[in-house]
Amino acid sequence: MVEVVVKLALVAAAFAVLPLLVGQAEHKVMAHMQGRLGPMYAGGFHGWAQLVADGVKFAQKEDVVPRAADRWVFKLAPGVALVPYLLVLIVVPVGPDGQVALDLGLGLFFALAVMGVGVIGAIMAGWASANKYSLLGGMRVAAQLMSYELPMVFAASSVAMAAGTLSLPGIVGEWRWWWLPWQAIGAVVFFVAGLAELRRPPFDMPVADSEIIFGPYTEYGGLRFALFILAEYAGIVVLCALTTVLFLGGWKGPFLDAELGWLWTLLKVAVLAFLVIWLRVSYPRMREDQLQKLAWAYLVPLSLGQLALTGVLKVAFG
Amino acid sequence: MRTYFDAYVGLAVLLLVGGAIVGGGLAANRLLRPHRPTPEKLLTYECGVDPVGEGWAHSYVRYYVFAYLYVVFAVDAVFLFPWATVFSAPGYGLTTLGEMFVFLAFLAAGLAYAGKKGVLSWV
Repeated sequence: MVEVVVKLALVAAAFAVLPLLVGQAEHKVMAHMQGRLGPMYAGGFHGWAQLVADGVKFAQKEDVVPRAADRWVFKLAPGVALVPYLLVLIVVPVGPDGQVALDLGLGLFFALAVMGVGVIGAIMAGWASANKYSLLGGMRVAAQLMSYELPMVFAASSVAMAAGTLSLPGIVGEWRWWWLPWQAIGAVVFFVAGLAELRRPPFDMPVADSEIIFGPYTEYGGLRFALFILAEYAGIVVLCALTTVLFLGGWKGPFLDAELGWLWTLLKVAVLAFLVIWLRVSYPRMREDQLQKLAWAYLVPLSLGQLALTGVLKVAFG
Repeated sequence: MRTYFDAYVGLAVLLLVGGAIVGGGLAANRLLRPHRPTPEKLLTYECGVDPVGEGWAHSYVRYYVFAYLYVVFAVDAVFLFPWATVFSAPGYGLTTLGEMFVFLAFLAAGLAYAGKKGVLSWV
């Protein structure tokens, strides 16, 4: 009982801290890569106080709900966007021998299903805002989810085939180094599709500021807006954690897997999160038709090919 | 049956924790923030100019065909998961592999057909 409570507290703590770390890292990495001065100013050394200042600002801003908005849906949307990512963290293992809050037999299936729920928050926001641009943004969110969920599911089921289990600790337990080349296509497809599902640049067409203001989030301000941004960072953490667990061997490192497993997991998640930020800085936004084309003409066939490759090699050598 | 659902108790607790984080944050926020609504402030922001017409404008949902495709493929994809855990178990081997290629061929043919029909281009 105590063990369960401690584990749940740790999950909640990770949920509270990791997204903020990713947010802070994004400020600084982008500032360095693009030579921005703004984020490097507050508080002196490397602008460490910027995130704190942002938090203070968000916490005391007025909560405006437009009169025309669908009030309850509008107010509920940030919660729906954020909480699913907390729930996914419960099945993510950080180390061997039960260092996971809940070893669910169908953990992989659970993680994919619940991750998809977060997107509904953005669709709710787009609908409830009673704003033409928000509605367009919400539609684009929905279109993006539908196109990219499929390659993501195929890539994930390729790992399930390789491991012969849906439990996330089970998958890492089965993982061997030669899965890296074997599942490489699946890993890239999963990561790219995940980015698209999170609407991270270069897949940020639903919030494209130059044409639809800020998409579904246009009417939000104050803490509710901050919750949406937090949901984005929590989404990055969850995507990087799932990619780590499924494709990069989770807690398995060069040495001391049992003692330092959590460190290897965190390290891999951090490297992937850096990659997410790097992609945002380097790539221009894709147009809506290019987005759809990438999903259906490249990612889906690639992931089907990965399924075939996994099946053939598994039966031939396993 | 009882033990099966026991695993989900922790999940329910975490859901409550999540609700408490969001709800508690907003409640604390309520004490900190001002509340001075004016008619101008409550107007839909849209793009900074006063909105014309109503927000739920008619628009053509161009991607409904994608939605159909997604539903068809996703329903198929769900069956992959239970199959994936047993397909290489002793006694299955080549038979299930053959079945997998039948499955993939169906999906690929469907995708190729949709592509040929021009459905996969966003208009």
